[in-house]
Amino acid sequence: MPHYTFLKFIWPSALAMLVFIALPIMSTSVQSLFIEHEKILETVENCTPFGCKEITKVDLEATEAQKAENPLGKFNGFGTYTNRNHLAFSELKQAWRESNGLNEFLAEVFNLPFYKALSFTLSYTFIVTPFVIIIGFFIALAVNRLPSFLKGPTIFVCLLPMIITPLIGSLVLFWMIDAEGIIGSFLQSIFNDPNLSLKASPTLTWIMLFVYGIWHHTPFAFIVFYAGLQTVPRDTLESAMIDGANRWGQTRHVIIPHLMPLAVFISLIQIMDNFRVFEPIIGFNAQASATSLSWLIYNDFRSGDGDMLFGSAAATSMLTIIGVSILMTPVIVRTWRANRPSQGVS
Amino acid sequence: MFFRTILTAGAIGLLSTASHAGCGIDSGSVRIGGNDFPAYQAVAEAASQCAGGGVTVSVDLNKDHKDRQVASLTANPAEFTSSLANNSALRVLMNDGLVQPLNNLVAKHASGLQDMQFVTVDGKVMAIAYMANAQHLFYRSDILNAAGVAPPKTYEEVLAAAKAIKDKGLMEYPIAGTYGGWNLGLEFINMYLGHGGEFFESGSAEPAVNNAKGLATLNMMKSLTEYMNPDFLTYDSNAVQADWEAGKVALTNLWGSRAGPVTDGEGSTSEIESNTKFSSAPTVAGGSIPATTLWWDGFTIATNISDEDAEATFKAMMNGITTEMAVANAEKANWLIKGAQANPAGVGVLASASGGALPYPMLPYFGAMHTAIGAEIIEFLQGNESAEQALEDVEAAYIAAATEKGFL
Repeated sequence: MPHYTFLKFIWPSALAMLVFIALPIMSTSVQSLFIEHEKILETVENCTPFGCKEITKVDLEATEAQKAENPLGKFNGFGTYTNRNHLAFSELKQAWRESNGLNEFLAEVFNLPFYKALSFTLSYTFIVTPFVIIIGFFIALAVNRLPSFLKGPTIFVCLLPMIITPLIGSLVLFWMIDAEGIIGSFLQSIFNDPNLSLKASPTLTWIMLFVYGIWHHTPFAFIVFYAGLQTVPRDTLESAMIDGANRWGQTRHVIIPHLMPLAVFISLIQIMDNFRVFEPIIGFNAQASATSLSWLIYNDFRSGDGDMLFGSAAATSMLTIIGVSILMTPVIVRTWRANRPSQGVS
Repeated sequence: MFFRTILTAGAIGLLSTASHAGCGIDSGSVRIGGNDFPAYQAVAEAASQCAGGGVTVSVDLNKDHKDRQVASLTANPAEFTSSLANNSALRVLMNDGLVQPLNNLVAKHASGLQDMQFVTVDGKVMAIAYMANAQHLFYRSDILNAAGVAPPKTYEEVLAAAKAIKDKGLMEYPIAGTYGGWNLGLEFINMYLGHGGEFFESGSAEPAVNNAKGLATLNMMKSLTEYMNPDFLTYDSNAVQADWEAGKVALTNLWGSRAGPVTDGEGSTSEIESNTKFSSAPTVAGGSIPATTLWWDGFTIATNISDEDAEATFKAMMNGITTEMAVANAEKANWLIKGAQANPAGVGVLASASGGALPYPMLPYFGAMHTAIGAEIIEFLQGNESAEQALEDVEAAYIAAATEKGFL
């Protein structure tokens, strides 16, 4: 394709990507380097319906003057990235020096908000993603074998978890697993333990969130694999049959290799999606036991009465982007190698 | 909600063109924003009676108002001419200079206000308060009788009562508390103030919660959770109210604004409702003041609006907090308005206030402290770390956030 035609073809997308992706990321990264100006405080008398007392308040004029001079705030470099609420380098060093043995060190590390959130985020990504791919694949195989009049309704039902808004889906499940709910009381009766509560134990909360994630994302893998199954070449399958391959053999040697690029595609999307897990934590009110990087960003904006920590949220966003890039690198490198035009053909 | 209130306000505006003279406003735009609960609705409704002629009144009450208040008042002109606020919200709005002093407007147009309704900072009136709220003790008199204990006055007695109820097999989890999310931080603040604790080194923003009173506070909270539903870390006020109305709880420290709803003849049985009693929040560890915080709610006027709108808004809001409004809506709040009758469900708030409970702190850096507490004491309550470690974490998390906000 001539360069000119290519440019003409691509410029609207390139412009949209610049405006909606590149600029926000740049703005966020600049924001993450700044903190608010030092507040100038003064002591004044405050009277309320409950009496008068001396309080500290922000001296607005002095603070405004600073702001006018430097509207972005005070330059802090990577200070926000390395403070206790993010990468916490000095706390890590101290924990390393003072702890006896690896267990104690890890306990100290997972006591820090960022690492606590990272551990859940990574566990969620690495547990949910493979299950979604495997279960989605088997559902697609099963649906593909159904008689055609059943296929439509089955596909529709299988897609339902994906259609439900994540927040609503998790709220529905939240009440079902309540000790009074249908799943919660059923579990209590089969384990014969009236105190069993999925919401109280951090481990059970994690498992519950994993199960929810798998339930919610499997339809996506299913529908992609199902579409892929429609393109499996008949003649290859038939020759495999003639060669004496049973059903498993056909799946193993024909279908799986054929669908491999789709599996790579699904894992890319799933890693991105799962790394920014957020809604189920809110829906399940699970922040006491499980937090994710996205939840940290939300918390910076939502806690307190509008006291927003923009720098902190921006730093966590940048760290999330870096995290997603690291996780996706192997998959992308693999795809790139597989698709590289072979030598000698130009 | 938003559109409905707009429509209602508009309809009232059409109906009351003849009566708008009563508010004494000729022109201007009044835009009221605030949290969404019955007391605020009553105030906004009364204020919107002023619509008509050259005056427009719009009301937008939203449960998440606290998350939009800063942005909507930063705009110029501000999205709302009046933001309904409480202690904590006023602190945030003042940190950014988003609300204006009302002294001139008060001098010109305020009559019939009680002195205690003026919220002043450095001699400037920043808000006009109209109601008070606090968390206080709710108890079930029938259950306490059956367990053979008197209504508790201290948290030690609350624990003893809970033990008696549990031992007699009356209830599995006799205590409930709002221990989820933002509320958890507030529960610590209540209990720590009850112990006579100070949050900061005097005269500075340096944290000072890692001390014996902090440890005692955490240990008391932990003892209380042993009598709570194991899911206690997911409980907000709605969940506590639901358990209360279902008769599963006998003791809780809940908001005064929930006292009306649990005795309103809806959502519960008459046996539970008639035995639901209110009293002052308990004291703790031999302290003299109830372990709770007092909250006022009032209206503010935005900075970024024209003088004409500010005046119109002030007059309309004064019309929103008349004695007639308070009398007509007596059950919805503890009105601070002159001539308002005492609310039967409000005895708990009054008792806590007269017992000397402290107001929720108005310090500019207190939001960061509240958030740090709420996030960092969870693991202690789950039994995964020591109380000392939890308090150390609170201080460290606070320092990181307060540094970023420019307070340290």
